[in-house]
Amino acid sequence: MNVNILAAERISKRFDGFAALTDVDFILRKGERVGLIGPNGSGKSTLVNCLTGILTPDDGSITFDGADITAIPAWVRAKRGLARTYQIPRPFRGMSVQENIEVPLRFAVGHTSARTISDAAQFILHQVGLVDKAGRSPKVLTQVELRKLELGRALAAQPKVLIADEVMAGLSDSEVDEILALLTRLNAEGISILLIEHIMRAVMMFSQRIVVVVAGRKIADGLPDDVMQQDEVERAYLGE
Amino acid sequence: MNFSWDLLVNALITGIVLGGFYAATAIGITIEFGMLDIVNIAHPAFMIVGAYLAYLGWNSFGFDPFVAMVVFAPFGLFFGRAFYRAYHFFFERRGDESLQGLAFFFGVLFIIEIGLVLMFGVDYRSVPAPYAGSTLGLGLISVSWRMLIPFLVGLGMLGGIQLYLSRTFTGRTILAVAQDVEAVRLIGADPIRAKEIAFGIATASAIVAGILLIIIQPVEPSIGREYIGRTFAICVLGGMASIPGTLVAALLLRVAETLTTTFFAPSWSPAVSFGLLLVTLAFRPAGIFGR
Amino acid sequence: MSTQAAPAHEPRKSTLLPARFRSGFAIVLAGTVLVAATILVGSRVSEYYYLAAYTILQFIVLSTAWNILGGYGGYVNFGTAGFFAAGCYTTIVLNKLFQLPLLIDMSAAAAIAGLMGFGTGYLTLRLRGVFFSIATLALAIVLQTVVINWSFVGGARGVYVVRPEITGLFDSYAHFLVTLMVGLATCAVLAAWAVEKSWIGIGLAAIRDDETAAETSGVPSLRLKLIAATISGALMGMAGAPFPYYVTYIDPATAFSLAIALNSIAMPLVGGTATWWGPVVGAFMLGSVQQILTVTISSAANLFLVGVLLVVFVAAAPRGVVGIVRAWRRGHK
Repeated sequence: MNVNILAAERISKRFDGFAALTDVDFILRKGERVGLIGPNGSGKSTLVNCLTGILTPDDGSITFDGADITAIPAWVRAKRGLARTYQIPRPFRGMSVQENIEVPLRFAVGHTSARTISDAAQFILHQVGLVDKAGRSPKVLTQVELRKLELGRALAAQPKVLIADEVMAGLSDSEVDEILALLTRLNAEGISILLIEHIMRAVMMFSQRIVVVVAGRKIADGLPDDVMQQDEVERAYLGE
Repeated sequence: MNFSWDLLVNALITGIVLGGFYAATAIGITIEFGMLDIVNIAHPAFMIVGAYLAYLGWNSFGFDPFVAMVVFAPFGLFFGRAFYRAYHFFFERRGDESLQGLAFFFGVLFIIEIGLVLMFGVDYRSVPAPYAGSTLGLGLISVSWRMLIPFLVGLGMLGGIQLYLSRTFTGRTILAVAQDVEAVRLIGADPIRAKEIAFGIATASAIVAGILLIIIQPVEPSIGREYIGRTFAICVLGGMASIPGTLVAALLLRVAETLTTTFFAPSWSPAVSFGLLLVTLAFRPAGIFGR
Repeated sequence: MSTQAAPAHEPRKSTLLPARFRSGFAIVLAGTVLVAATILVGSRVSEYYYLAAYTILQFIVLSTAWNILGGYGGYVNFGTAGFFAAGCYTTIVLNKLFQLPLLIDMSAAAAIAGLMGFGTGYLTLRLRGVFFSIATLALAIVLQTVVINWSFVGGARGVYVVRPEITGLFDSYAHFLVTLMVGLATCAVLAAWAVEKSWIGIGLAAIRDDETAAETSGVPSLRLKLIAATISGALMGMAGAPFPYYVTYIDPATAFSLAIALNSIAMPLVGGTATWWGPVVGAFMLGSVQQILTVTISSAANLFLVGVLLVVFVAAAPRGVVGIVRAWRRGHK
């Protein structure tokens, strides 16, 4: 029985000479909460893009729920239960908030009845707290609300794994707590979560394990307190 | 297929010489599309405008094409800057629809082509410059000045633009914008003004390329559309934002086209450029000199 | 706190037809009525109006077809003339080889042009939109060159096509052609409506807004784009199939005309690309203007005007007439 829900083995990715990722190993166990930290430009987003299928790694393999997905297109990964949010929110601006949520319901989950889709969307809007904005355009949403929409869309895909890419950036303390509470609740329901974040308070509180990536390499992987005390981590992340 | 070594050597020489001209036509796209990410498919139409300006200059004022270049290139610079300002105001600022942008350039392409038809008709126009008729002998090979001049001017233009972009402050700002618009803002420079000047340079290069074209051959308004595929193929093959890349890619493309024309059929020209583009995108999307 | 189970605003449900299908039903109804009307009117209307009607109907089909991939999906086809001409020359080839009924010609044209759309899409729809656009341009040019060099279909000189005898419902072959076109236009508009409301249309809208986010939401973007490109191409080919019988003499310049290339983009953009009735409005507006002006100014000047209108609308009214109408409706709520 495979206890790893998502695993990346020796992932490397180069952009014309620039090594964005080098030999990165990464696992996420079922039901786990893992935090991924590292300075800007260290390769976190590249790793997420490789995991979700937006980019193809030059070397290495990716396994999801027991199957090799290295060559599988992004939309199939989404259907199998791998969902993500985007660092800079990317809503479908020509649709309403509810219609945004309905896209993954229709495509990732595969609902066909308009009634089912609408009801499910309403439920998700409740979960993320956007019900009163259901018919509005994403263009009028605040930053927090856009982040919630990102989460809502990811949730609508009924994911087994949720990759939350800097979903709390720029939010106030209470807003951070709101999102954190939501993520914790989702994890309690069985969703494995990879949290990529700069807000250390949130990462420390939330994560069972922390992975540190610097300059395209993984330099630490372990319990939060242990990792944060390692010399290289202090030097690379907090020091300079 | 009628093969002979003579034919092959001639085809190669012609290909290389005219490749220099192709580079002149494509440098504007390298700047606009490769560096600034503006899909200006009307660029070849600007080039044809340049050709007709040379024709007018010759007919009405007796301008030699070289004089036409000096007189009309600044016009291209000015018009290009104004055109970019309009494009930025109506499309870049809005940001959400690239459909409208593409349709806009398509509309401009047509307005220019049909405008030229209305003004000059569909007949071919030429500028019979006196030196264009003679040839230069280099041992066993002879090359017509008609083609050699555009080759040399094209090379000069590329060199000049490369120097400008790498040595002047504005030029380097343009290169920086090509890499990261936000970073340019952070250092206090104005990326919009840089793009404006870059677009002006690109348009001026189009005007000059058009004048070179009419030295090589007679022109009529619809010729521009043949160059859309070619210039974009050269830009991509050359690595998008590389000027040496543009030159090499242009030479390769023209040689490929000339070989196809000589040994197969002239009519497959557009297929050659498009085929090369596809192969590049499939196997080496970064092109030859790509970043 | 109210204990009522039903929400406050429950829309009154139509007992006959769910709201979703109303537009589609209206299209079918209007189309049927128009076909019947055209049949009945017969030769009581002067030949001139038939000519004008045929041209506008043809543009309705082309604009609608273009919009399925262009407006809904955001991928711009510059080579509509190539797909249209493929339909024309399919008819000519089949006409020379066998003497088939026009409807068979149209089916063959749909298959061939659809395949062209699929093939072009397969090669380029994985790339940025601009490369698809350049591909369609190259395709049109290459096709035109092939036809010019193909003596079987008349090459650059062109061919004459003889209209067959027609009896029964129709007073003349021209009458039959116009009626056929009304039917084809109805089918095209119905197809566009169906695509728009279906999961294909919703997926395309997501792709148009943000293709990457659509992919990670489970939208199979390449698949949907290929479907749209195939349907779009097939409809364009079907529009071209009757054309040789309509003009009776056809050469490459006519089949691959600039007017088709420009109008098939200008009409949807002026009318509005967001929904099925935008291209119809655009085709009517620009088509009528050109028909009226054609007697006073040259065809080149006509096209020049279309180009100017395209640029003006795209800059000042990017959502087209559809956008203007919707904004007006919102303002009056």
